[in-house]
Amino acid sequence: MPITESDIEKVAQLAHLDIAPEELKVFGPQIADIVAYVEQLNAVDTSNVDPAIGGLTPEGEGTDASRRDQLLPSLGQETALAEAPDGASGHFRVPKIL
Amino acid sequence: MTISEITSQLEQGQTTISATVEHSVRAAEEFNDTLNAFLEIDRKGALERAQALDKRAPSQNALRGIPIAIKDNICVRGLQASCGSKILGDYRPPYNATVIDRLLAAEAIIIGKTNCDEFAMGSSNENSAYGPVKNPWDAARVPGGSSGGSAAAVAAGIVPVALGSDTGGSVRQPAALCGVVGLKPTYGRNSRYGLVAFASSLDQVGIFARNALDVAAVLGVIAGRDPRDATTADVPVPDYRGELGLDLKGLRLGFPEALFGKGLDAEIGAAVKQALDDYRKLGAEVVTVDLPNAQYAIAVYYIIATAEASSNLARFDGVRYGFRAEETPELRQMYRRTREEGFGPEVKRRIMLGTYVLSAGYYDAYYLKAQQVRSLIREDFRRAFEKCDALVTPTSPSVAFELGEKVDDPLAMYLNDIYTVTANLAGIPGLSVPCGLSSKRLPIGMQLLGPYWSEPTLLRLAHAYLENRPLMEKPKLFAAAR
Repeated sequence: MPITESDIEKVAQLAHLDIAPEELKVFGPQIADIVAYVEQLNAVDTSNVDPAIGGLTPEGEGTDASRRDQLLPSLGQETALAEAPDGASGHFRVPKIL
Repeated sequence: MTISEITSQLEQGQTTISATVEHSVRAAEEFNDTLNAFLEIDRKGALERAQALDKRAPSQNALRGIPIAIKDNICVRGLQASCGSKILGDYRPPYNATVIDRLLAAEAIIIGKTNCDEFAMGSSNENSAYGPVKNPWDAARVPGGSSGGSAAAVAAGIVPVALGSDTGGSVRQPAALCGVVGLKPTYGRNSRYGLVAFASSLDQVGIFARNALDVAAVLGVIAGRDPRDATTADVPVPDYRGELGLDLKGLRLGFPEALFGKGLDAEIGAAVKQALDDYRKLGAEVVTVDLPNAQYAIAVYYIIATAEASSNLARFDGVRYGFRAEETPELRQMYRRTREEGFGPEVKRRIMLGTYVLSAGYYDAYYLKAQQVRSLIREDFRRAFEKCDALVTPTSPSVAFELGEKVDDPLAMYLNDIYTVTANLAGIPGLSVPCGLSSKRLPIGMQLLGPYWSEPTLLRLAHAYLENRPLMEKPKLFAAAR
């Protein structure tokens, strides 16, 4: 199915991107080209093929990745907030929501 | 200088760690105007650490005093981690990646953070928000990507080794274009804790060096299970230098003939076939193999990688770290404007593509289908490795291309990864090894692919080849030894 500019607009909205009209003109045909290219997969017979799940090797799948539920040292509030664009009184401050 | 050369000079008292690190830092600084390989050079930190190590009694630590460069998407406490993006800007992580902790425990010295395509998305380094890296062999050409800064730093003799990350070829392809060795290990071989995630089922931390011995030395240090990365596998870490120097008798190499056709630069095809002949002379047997689904790898990759990226990059929203757009009185507007201003075009393109393939009504047609074809690609390799111990392919369909040449055509850029993405999709290790120069004196790389955990065999093959056919010529931009 050909992908249209309105599809791209909708996708940009879902992805929280404020795409400018001139960007839309560039991205639209590029993304349409890529989607057309990946559609070659439709030619592959995948009936009875299980989808791959992640990238794990058999050994990776066999590895017990659980660990004990115990408290470990953490960064602490001050350090964790130090790189925030607007940290205040132990919180991440954001613009109003409503 | 290689790790073993530095180590032996240190042992014999011919140099100090401080002098070694000073040399490396100075070369990084001097070349940065032309190469743009480093986004941050930690002169002060590196030299302080070198001086401290010089004062300590010599240890047997594998990387004692070895200068190393780190791709800017791997967290080093206190140094920037921009990932080549404006959205992270001068973000300085308050913690080390596990691979960094392990390098430091082995007494390596981090000299700086290297430039890369934004969030590791690219094959030419032209997607960095901080300008492209240049190829040391010809500064009008790209170094490859996305770990182009790390590749260029090793190729130019600034450091003997560097870390990169490889999601679809981002270590192997720049290694090929810069004439160095580049390893993407088996999925789960080393920890990604502290590697900024791009596509989690594909990402691995990889290694650049000028020979197989040095790759082996670094891999031995960083490999192994990490409780902080649930995808690391509980598989013993062998002595990766153990098999280097063994002869190749009894090894079978697979030649996937169909991959040597359309789209491949004829000089590269000829050089890789010549390498296969060399391997025969060294005692290996060559058998023809078929990978019938490899032709679909790029399509599968650009569905899975973008889908995973659209999810992983959702965290960059101007709240916890990095850049936030100004004058945005409402929260959703702040998210949208921050992401619009903070991300570059390729990252936006991939986020949108990934969002599209995952969106309601399209999931089965794209994402599920891609995961099914991914299973077929894995099965192709499983069958091929019943007939051989490793496959030999080109690493890249072309040698280093000119800056700007492919920048307006994303699909043409993606096709640079045609030989490398299959290893990420299958989870197997891949190693790029320099195998000569083109008529324009640009490096050519061959790729060795092996079954899961076959890094010792791949390194043994690379070592045997490079002992026999070392790349004698140096790039135009090369830091002379002291």
